[in-house]
Order: sequence, then structure tokens, then C-alpha cells
Amino acid sequence: MIQAQRLNKKFAAIDAVRDFSFNVEKGEIVALLGPNGAGKTTCMRMLTGYLKPDRGMAQIAGFDCSKQPILAKRQLGYLAEHAPIYKEQSVLNFLTFVARARGFSKAKANSAVDEIFQSLNLDSITFQPIHTLSKGSMRRVALAAAVLHRPPALLLDEPTDGLDPIQKVVVRKLILDLSKNSAIIMSTHQIDEALSLCQRTIIMAKGTKLRDQATDDLLMQSKYHNAVSFVAKESIAARAALDGLSGITGFEQNALDGRLYVFVQGNKPQNQMIAEKLTQKNVPFTDIRLEYGRLDEIFSKIVIEAC
Amino acid sequence: MGAFIALVKREILSFFLTPLALVFCVIFLLLSNSFVFYLGDLYEIGQASMQSYFRLLPWVCLLLIPALTMRSWSEEFSSGTMEFLDALPFPVWQLVLAKFIALCSVGFCALALSLPLWVSLSWLGMPDHGTIMLGYFGSAMMIASMIAIGLCLSTISENQLIVYIVTSLVLLICLLAGYPLALNPIREIFSQTFVDLVSSLSLLSHLQSITRGILEMRDVLFYAISSAFWLIANCIVLKAKKSKV
Repeated sequence: MIQAQRLNKKFAAIDAVRDFSFNVEKGEIVALLGPNGAGKTTCMRMLTGYLKPDRGMAQIAGFDCSKQPILAKRQLGYLAEHAPIYKEQSVLNFLTFVARARGFSKAKANSAVDEIFQSLNLDSITFQPIHTLSKGSMRRVALAAAVLHRPPALLLDEPTDGLDPIQKVVVRKLILDLSKNSAIIMSTHQIDEALSLCQRTIIMAKGTKLRDQATDDLLMQSKYHNAVSFVAKESIAARAALDGLSGITGFEQNALDGRLYVFVQGNKPQNQMIAEKLTQKNVPFTDIRLEYGRLDEIFSKIVIEAC
Repeated sequence: MGAFIALVKREILSFFLTPLALVFCVIFLLLSNSFVFYLGDLYEIGQASMQSYFRLLPWVCLLLIPALTMRSWSEEFSSGTMEFLDALPFPVWQLVLAKFIALCSVGFCALALSLPLWVSLSWLGMPDHGTIMLGYFGSAMMIASMIAIGLCLSTISENQLIVYIVTSLVLLICLLAGYPLALNPIREIFSQTFVDLVSSLSLLSHLQSITRGILEMRDVLFYAISSAFWLIANCIVLKAKKSKV
């Protein structure tokens, strides 16, 4: 549905994107992760046809974004970075304009707008001029404009940036709902968002794709994968109780919340064994859990290695 | 077609939902009327004629049209809304045409505000209504050409002040090309054919012949071709600029 083949873009002497290829199918949500200046936005802009690639090809639903831009744009919804929208109109008028611009009849435009108002809880700001809205509400309106025609391909650049936790939940629910019938690429700096929404993660830096893997596979490469973590008031006693046990390779304590991580050998879950040992040695502990891995750690490792 | 109408409507609303159109029209009205009464000596001439209005109108437009057009593309690029607009399924020519129609609607509104002057002249004397009608027609065509020039030049920078200055300069050249003050030095150096060519490219000389009450196809064609040329140039520049963002 969304396809990039060896995309290249240079700005002056700088390679913004180099030989970037991927394919996203309907039903997939793919996270595009990268440090600032990695080329994520340039990549998105080439997929929307806003930028013409120097080399390579971008396709939306089989339409070439450079050669058949109108056909490609009909299949595409795009939330740009910083969510730029026209601010002099009311929310209702703006979204009705977007629906009409997408070729909807008056009746269809009204029903599409009603539907998106409900999905994103925009009812309370229907008649409010956009320039008077908060940053979060403005972003929700921009998102509504990007998705109200239920496009089969969706590009979202930082969709939850600036939203409060309640709004984030609403937006994430909508993205999950849309993913049933759409291919979605989501550029984000929020690792928890990539983890909770995206089945696949593409990591890029300096314009190059570093990884393109299932998010679960990436998590398995984290040093925290299969580690056991718990909270213990007497962390020194807990370490002493577990130190020297076969299969335990090391400890790490989180400086912020005091959580103790116990690293183990192999892929066998050891949380049960560790809980038993701590109980035997009378070390009080709470919230013991088996870690799936940390995407922020593997992301940093991959990016630092590449740069 | 419905989509294009929605786009034109949005562009027009962008002027009328903000004080922009109101401020432009009021200043246009004040300037053009004060030019007519103070510089045009409307009462002293002793004729029921709008010649002085149409004679001074290009200079009012020189001041105000760049102010109207300077934000068109410049603001779209600086605020990032160009990216939003570009994601909608409109070909570039429709984006340009929608802005042109919206700008012309504001320009023509401002021009229409001088209609009470015509009514007053009709009450005071016996003006030649045909000549005045032609004057309005010619002025509208000249305003459309100036808007097309300003619209195209608003792509050159995200800084609206730069756009204003460059547009004013280009419009000044386009007006002066038909002014004796500018043509006389050229006449001394170049042949009469070249002088005629320069003069024929002037926005001013074509308006003068229409406001005298003579409607020639070449004048109408000049404004139509001039507008079309700048609108096409706008499409080309916009496409080129977009790929360099």
C-alpha cells in the first residue's frame, strides 16, 4: 500500500535520505524512529509528493507519488510535523472544507465530519475558531483533517505530540481503529507509543535505514529482554540473596525508581525462581515482573553504533 | 468541480473572516478618493467625468496591490500550511487559480466601492456612462494583471516585506514602461520600434486607451495574456520551489 524504493534526497551537499526502501501493507502500523535530523520528515514528504526524490520511487496504493500525484493523494491522509492548518476558520467549517476538497458531496461531507467529531471528541470545540484552540486541540483537528476520508494509506508525523494523556488515549484508539483498513506509518519520538501501537519499527539515522524489524524482534535484542525486575526496599540484601546463583549474569538498579533488574542467561523465564529465592532468604519485594525488553535502549544502541 | 469551488470559497473566506479585506477596501477607498479630489481636481475640471479617478487608480494599486498579494504564497510557506494544502488532491494550477480568484474578488470589491462616485457624478451632471463602464472594465483587467504579478512574486520569499518591495518594484516598472517620463530616455537610445514595444508592454498605456472610451481587442488581449503569463509562471515557480523545501 505504501511503498518506497531506494529513495534518495539531497539538500545542497547533505544526504537527507539515502537508498531508503520499505513496504507497508494494509493492517500494519509501522513506527519510524530516528533522532532529530534522521530524515524521517523528508521521507514522509517524498511519500506525500511534496518533495520530489532525486532518485528512487515512492508509491501510494500503486500510484507513483511524483508522476501521478493527484491519484496518490486521493488515497493518502497526512498529518504533517507541527500540524499546520488554517486558523481563521471554525473547526466545523475547516473540516467541512477538507471533506469537500476531498471530493465529498455536501451530505457525505457532513456525515464524515460528524463521525470524526465523535471519534476525536471534538464536539466541545465545534464552532470555536481554530486560532483560539490549545496546541493539543489544534493537533486533534489536524489529525481529523488527515483521516476524515478514511484513507487506505496514512502518514502521521508525531501524531500525539503536545497532547495530554487523555487525548493521547483517544488518538491511539483512533489510530488502532483506522489500522484495520489502512497502512499506517507513524513517525514518533515516543518509544512507548511505538511499543503500544506498532507491529513493526523502522529505525533510521543520517538518512539511512538502520533496522526494519518486527517490534517484538527488536525487543528481543535488548539486554533487558527476559531480565527480571522488582522493587526491593533493601536492594543490597536482594543482590546478596541472588548473587552467585547459576544463570544470573548481573544486576542493574534504576536510579530514578530504585527498581532492580536481574539479568539472566538463556531465554527461559526466571521470575518464578527469583521470587522463590527472595522469599527463602526473607528479602521483602514487590512488583516482580519479566521484562520484554526496552525499545529505547535498543534504539539508542543501534543509533550510537551507526553514528 | 465541487472540490475546486470549496477551495475558492476557503480562499475568499481567508480574506473576509479576518480584517484584511476590510482594511484593504477602506484604505483603497480613502486613497483613491483623496487622490481624485486633491490630485485629480475633480471639481476644478468642471466636467462630469471619472477620467481623473481612472488616471490615478494605477498609482493607488501600485501601493496597495503588493500589500494584498504579498502574503499569498509567502505565508503558506512560512506557516507550513503549504504542506497541508499540497496533501489535498488539487493540481497546482487549481491552487494558483483559487488564490487568484480570491484576490480578484477583494480587488474588485475595493474597485466597486467607488461606484457612489459615479452615482454622484450622474446626479451632478451628465457623464458618459459608456466611457465610465469601459473605465471600470479596464481597471478591473489591470487590477487582475497586477494581482497575477503579485501572486507569482509572493513565491520568492517567506519574508513578506521582501515580497512587498519586489512586487512594488516590478509593478512600478510595468506601469512606467508606458509613461513618457520613462519612454523619453529610451527613445534617445533605441529605435521607435523598440520604444513602441516597451510601451505596448505597459499596464498603464493599455488602461489609458480603454478609459478614453475606446475598447480595442489588443488591450483586452494584453491584460488577459499578461494575467495568464504570470499565472502560468506562478505554477512553474511553485512546483520548482516545492521541490527545494
